[in-house]
Amino acid sequence: MLDGTTAEVVERKALRINAAKTCQPIGAMYAALGIHSCMPHSHGSQGCCSYHRSHLTRHFKEPVMATTSSFTEGASVFGGMANLTQSLKNIFSIYNPEVVAVHTTCLSEVIGDDIPTIVRKSKEEGSIPDGKVVIHANTPSFVGSHVYGFANMVSGMVNYLAEKTGTTLNQVNVIPGYVEPADMREIKRLAAAMGVNIVMFPDTSNVLDGPLTGQYKMYPEGGATVAQIKSSGDSIATLALGHFASHVPAATLESKCNVPAAFMELPIGVGPTDRFVDALRSYGGVEVPASVDLERGRLVDLMSDLSQYFHGKRVAVSGDPDQVIALTQLLLELEMKPVYCITGSPGNQFEKRMHELLDGPVPDAKIKQNADLFELHQWMKQAPVDLLITNTYGKYIARVENVPFVRFGFPILDRAAHRFFPTVGYAGAINLINQMLNAILDKKDRECAEEWFELVQ
Amino acid sequence: MSSDIDILPSRTASIAEAGRAGGPMKCGKVSVAGSVSQRACVFCGSRVVLYPIADALHVVHGPIGCAAYTWDIRGAQSSGPQLFRNSFSTDLQELDVIYGGEKKLERALLELIAKHQPKAAFVYSTCIVGLIGDDVSAVCKRVAAATSIPVLSVASEGFKGTKKDGYRAACEALYKLIGTGDAAGISKHSINLMGDFNIAGESWVICEYFERMGVEVVATITGDGRVDAIRRCHGARLNLVQCSGSMTHLAKKMEAEHGIPLKRVSFFGIEDMAAALYETAKFFGSEELMERARAVVSEEVAKIFPQLRAWRADLEGKKAAIYVGGAFKAFSLVRALRTIGMTTAVVGTQTGDADDYNQLREMCDPGTIIVDDSNPLELAKFCLEQDIDLFIGGVKERPIAYKLGIGFCDHNHERKECLAGFVGMLNFAREVHATVMSPVWNYVPRRARRMPNAECRTANDRGEEAVA
Ligand code: SF4
Repeated sequence: MLDGTTAEVVERKALRINAAKTCQPIGAMYAALGIHSCMPHSHGSQGCCSYHRSHLTRHFKEPVMATTSSFTEGASVFGGMANLTQSLKNIFSIYNPEVVAVHTTCLSEVIGDDIPTIVRKSKEEGSIPDGKVVIHANTPSFVGSHVYGFANMVSGMVNYLAEKTGTTLNQVNVIPGYVEPADMREIKRLAAAMGVNIVMFPDTSNVLDGPLTGQYKMYPEGGATVAQIKSSGDSIATLALGHFASHVPAATLESKCNVPAAFMELPIGVGPTDRFVDALRSYGGVEVPASVDLERGRLVDLMSDLSQYFHGKRVAVSGDPDQVIALTQLLLELEMKPVYCITGSPGNQFEKRMHELLDGPVPDAKIKQNADLFELHQWMKQAPVDLLITNTYGKYIARVENVPFVRFGFPILDRAAHRFFPTVGYAGAINLINQMLNAILDKKDRECAEEWFELVQ
Repeated sequence: MSSDIDILPSRTASIAEAGRAGGPMKCGKVSVAGSVSQRACVFCGSRVVLYPIADALHVVHGPIGCAAYTWDIRGAQSSGPQLFRNSFSTDLQELDVIYGGEKKLERALLELIAKHQPKAAFVYSTCIVGLIGDDVSAVCKRVAAATSIPVLSVASEGFKGTKKDGYRAACEALYKLIGTGDAAGISKHSINLMGDFNIAGESWVICEYFERMGVEVVATITGDGRVDAIRRCHGARLNLVQCSGSMTHLAKKMEAEHGIPLKRVSFFGIEDMAAALYETAKFFGSEELMERARAVVSEEVAKIFPQLRAWRADLEGKKAAIYVGGAFKAFSLVRALRTIGMTTAVVGTQTGDADDYNQLREMCDPGTIIVDDSNPLELAKFCLEQDIDLFIGGVKERPIAYKLGIGFCDHNHERKECLAGFVGMLNFAREVHATVMSPVWNYVPRRARRMPNAECRTANDRGEEAVA
């Protein structure tokens, strides 16, 4: 189907073909699901909410709850105040969450609904029961991408919930970025192994990777509690993982509650994970335990065993900016050549950081923010690669170009195990290396001439 | 088993029980503000109806989200062009919202049409297009004049009604194509298939039956659809309309303007499929056609019957919940489930009207819960209370069913198996049998208690032998 793609690149000004991003609200919805007992609320037409829920469900294979203001023509003329007031009333009376996290959509943004005022009025009118919380984030779909929506909702958590009491608690905040539940679980495991108390928000582990119990729970066990997020204002520091998804909320917390922010990258690959572990060590005031050293040692051992297969391989990568920046470091550690690296999200930090990483080792690498998969495919037609790493949508390109393919990032709509295997931490790198090796060798085994078909690799 | 889940007071009028008196169903309204509605919007309705037209260009005008979420998510198959499976969007940005997106749209269309030479182009408006003042029809007109292909504006702003209104907007756009082609040489026994989207190749299965009968299918609208076929489909003598919601509006327009009668049919289940073939033969008043229809039915039923009987032995008395888009599909499913020995204990739709619900009340067993525009909490409650074995629904319901330890069959657009026609009944039964009898339920707390562990697959095995 994508054989319509031609190698010749024509300047496109008006057109997005096969996007590598989606709109802000879905990111806000995902972030909100990482609060315990929270109902994400989509302030717009019911279609948006339905799309976001369906898309998240396809990715996580889990029920995804969210409510909608169900805009009608009236709302587009008179504003969505009545819809939101009515919604809050209904949500608390029937679904009874602890928190409602409201995000806007393109429609309510264009109409210009003032959410804080509406929420305040609802509170005064008694539609929000005592002790219940409503937070909000503005998430205009015509600005940024889903990653921005995520960051905005996490900032909303800080704005509404974080408090400083004056007594510093022996805990470190972690803002994990737009990553899988498995990654959040891995971050918690690493911190626990090091004996560092962390408060992580959002936390979608045990929310979007729940067990089958024979019961349906609207609010699963997991998620950061309101009390935990509140207490983040008293923490020693905040480790913000990923520039695009986490730095703004961490900076917000720093200025609101004076909690110092450590602006970091996602811990994907040895170097970025080392830096994360080191930050946990220094802020947590602990020693890195032997068990974590062992994990690292096993990863490095695997890398040395396999270096022959990865050395010099040309790789094309598309994904969310924080993910691509971190993954590129793992690829470089394996001596691979990330020759094409794109993200669908806009934002200069991506190109800046990627040039820092690649100008030395891969000087001819093509790097682009605000790009789409059509363009990436065109580059691949000009000079092919040995491995493609993208979200599900890369499968069209992988098929046409017959190139080994590893699914990575959001969304993954056609496979399931991303729920269980992290890509962060030393364990995450092992998982990624395993997937890359399998993809490369499976193709060789399938296609090489008989005399090259080897039992032992 | 009962549950402690409450029903929103404003929802009670949208829930009924078969065999019990009650007022008319409240339905066709937008969802209650603040509910976890399973429903989509106008844009969604238009997009699903038109997108299978494979040689047309489909451009989503708006911010990126709407295009991203509808990028090739449904398995509508094409035997030829695959252009429609790409995602084209104007990806409106803040400046466009301020200054308007018309120029961007025009440029996008001109670029794409020059490159892909499509037979027609559909331009979908999303939520904010009207509000930022874009005159999409004017752009379409200009581009059509410049490129000499039909460029059709689909008025699908999300908030302007329900998914049904989206169907209507799609029908309006389609109608502009109809009658613009040459209808010469069309047989007197000819039909259009409307409202089948060729999910998993279903239109092909249905067309093959009609061809065997000697009936010409002029256009499939829109499964494996082609612009040229749609342009000349006013030459057909009869419109067969499947899926109550989506295409009725178009068929009625064609009846009024082109004098082509319409028949509502369903291709799901043995009874409904056979009825569709017989009705068509009857319509043309040809004994020859009728005989061939009978031959098709008996050949096809003979092929699937032994296996169905074997599965039925396992499924007898098991209970199903249905939650689908259109009511017509619900009717078919109730009947199809009966064919394999199952009863329907819960049935709901997103777009049914009062008549549809009356019909459901009549056809379902007493005690069956009937519900309009439901939400997950309600559905979970009914499933537990009715002790359901199988849930038939769409993507958002699947994980809920599994969490409850209930088998699931996707009868929405993400189904991967052809469920239409006679062979579809067999596939349906296989899927239902596989999920209901799956050994995984032995490990689920709520249901483990009543599973007769080791025995569960034996009848299936017998069935496989019977076919072999
Ligand atoms: S782009 Fe706008 S209308 Fe479309 S899904 Fe996103 S918020 Fe909703």
